[in-house]
Amino acid sequence: MAGEPTEKAEMSSVSERRAGVPAGLWTRCQKCGQMVYEKEVAEALNVCPSCGFHRRVDARTRIRQLVDPESFEEFAADLQTVDPLEFKDRIPYKERIREEQEKTGEKDAVIVGRAFIRGRAVVLAVMNPGFIMASMGAVVGEKITRAIEKGADENLPVILVTASGGARMQEGMVSLVQMAKTSAALARLHDAGGLCIVVATDPTTAGVAASFASLGDVIVAEPGAMIGFAGPRVIANTIKAELPEGFQTAEFMLEHGFVDRIVARGELRKELARLIDYCGK
Amino acid sequence: MSSTTIDTESPDLLAANVGFLEFEAPLARIHNDIEQMRREARESGRDLTADVARQAKRFGQTIRKLYASLSPWETVQVARHPKRPLVPDYIQRIFRDFCELHGDRLHGDDHAIITGFARLGGHKVMLVGHNKGRDLKERIKCNFGCAHPEGYRKALAKMKLAEKFGLPVVCLIDTQGAYPGVGAEERGIASAIAVNLFEMSRLRTPIVCAVIGEGGSGGALGIGVGDRVAMFQHSFYSVISPEGCAAILWKTGEKAKQAAEALNLTSKSLKALNLIDHIIPEPAGGAHRFPDQAAANLEACLCDALRDLKRLKIETILKRRYDRLRHIGGFFSSAQEEVRIAASQAVRTVRRAAAPRLTGRLASRRATSLPAAAHAG
Repeated sequence: MAGEPTEKAEMSSVSERRAGVPAGLWTRCQKCGQMVYEKEVAEALNVCPSCGFHRRVDARTRIRQLVDPESFEEFAADLQTVDPLEFKDRIPYKERIREEQEKTGEKDAVIVGRAFIRGRAVVLAVMNPGFIMASMGAVVGEKITRAIEKGADENLPVILVTASGGARMQEGMVSLVQMAKTSAALARLHDAGGLCIVVATDPTTAGVAASFASLGDVIVAEPGAMIGFAGPRVIANTIKAELPEGFQTAEFMLEHGFVDRIVARGELRKELARLIDYCGK
Repeated sequence: MSSTTIDTESPDLLAANVGFLEFEAPLARIHNDIEQMRREARESGRDLTADVARQAKRFGQTIRKLYASLSPWETVQVARHPKRPLVPDYIQRIFRDFCELHGDRLHGDDHAIITGFARLGGHKVMLVGHNKGRDLKERIKCNFGCAHPEGYRKALAKMKLAEKFGLPVVCLIDTQGAYPGVGAEERGIASAIAVNLFEMSRLRTPIVCAVIGEGGSGGALGIGVGDRVAMFQHSFYSVISPEGCAAILWKTGEKAKQAAEALNLTSKSLKALNLIDHIIPEPAGGAHRFPDQAAANLEACLCDALRDLKRLKIETILKRRYDRLRHIGGFFSSAQEEVRIAASQAVRTVRRAAAPRLTGRLASRRATSLPAAAHAG
């Protein structure tokens, strides 16, 4: 089933070119090595037509793929970091942020808004793996929290599309606390009887895996997505052995009971609508 | 021998069993000088009492001076000192009638986290704390304080027990982080920590947390959501270890010192950022040299917090607990919405000694953020 998008027709607006790759170009699939036609890949929602490999997609593309056309209304779009620690490694964090903002055209690593998915109103948060690996600092934590609170206030299902390298080091403990903040917001949503669906995409790790990404009422994952807490290299160093095949993938998490369903990208809209209908009031 | 008698704040006492850290080299030198004087006194029969006393006084001054302004990296060394008191040491000193409760009722009993009923001051509490282990055998048994999912689930199960019977929860944090291993991933370490954050945010009983040594990332936060969060003066609390941060951002673990500076991981920095509520004072020389004094200070802090919280209705506590988390990350700016950078302003005040003019800084911050506002989205 993996990698066979069924909503191609409905998703015709998706044939946008992928950032940096001109449409019409042939490239090699990073998974199966087959030559693939970029336009075809884009039409298949950035899934390899040959092997079903799910490429990472930026948040705007993801939103276009997921919501009913023209239905997305973004909020909290202008939040940006104040660099609370005035952090500097090889380059100052402020500069790194500026570079990422220029590169992506986004203020930070998550986009939140209201939208419709197959006619069902939702609050949607989509993380952007292209922005400092979608690491979570104060802005990401705040926007996720506002999305959850909006879901609770307006009695709308909350869909969190996660992808993250974890907490953002450059914001130190301010980042770590975002884990508790987002989790507390989900506890409130839960107590209010609200629905949260997590869509874990590649990669959902560390501080984000250990907070809201593991707290959905339903957790679905894209095929092959890396999902886990500790970095594989850290684990390999600790146990001084090679990691098992398929370790920390969506399939591994399903096998061990931490993911409810694996859903191919092409099925996501249909599946989300179905889950909302089952849980909706 | 009268010639070797020195006052009670003696270098002997301070050097006893704990040795000297790298930054304590001046102390080691004075200690050596004193030893040498004593040997000389013994061998020659000369009375060097006054010289020894002078050196001892210098030792005292030096240790106070060193510990009054530890750098972040030095703080990390002290917090990780192998002789630093661990949760069992505090149980022995300030918690009475400790009744340990084992197991998560799901998979096993993780020795990296200890849980059980205890009495503290006049309070019956549920104690939850990391255990790094004292000797090698114990350290291996409890994975050096790095908990598996079972540890976090055990902690939560016992917290729920406390909730049911109205006991406040005391969490003592001391870990490098959660255990990075295959089994931990297979049994859902991320999920276990996430569920603890979720449940602790709404647990209907007071929770008081204190970082006693290392506060290592998610593994620390997994038992670290509470109504009051305190830190020992020379403990640290960080999103990632300085070594890990250096390896990623500087591409070499050798920049750990710089990373420690950059991460703002000391109690002083985190208090200035409003991320913690209290700093528990440590005697000059550190908790590892004066465990009794450190324990007394910890007890005072925990008891104060428990007393305050017990006066409040649980609804008030829960509301404040949420608000605390909700506003703690107010470190973002927005062109349209209220700018909430009061806390970050506070840390700058501390850093620059002179308080910056708020309006001026705000104005310049806004000005610099405006061009970026014209982005495509």
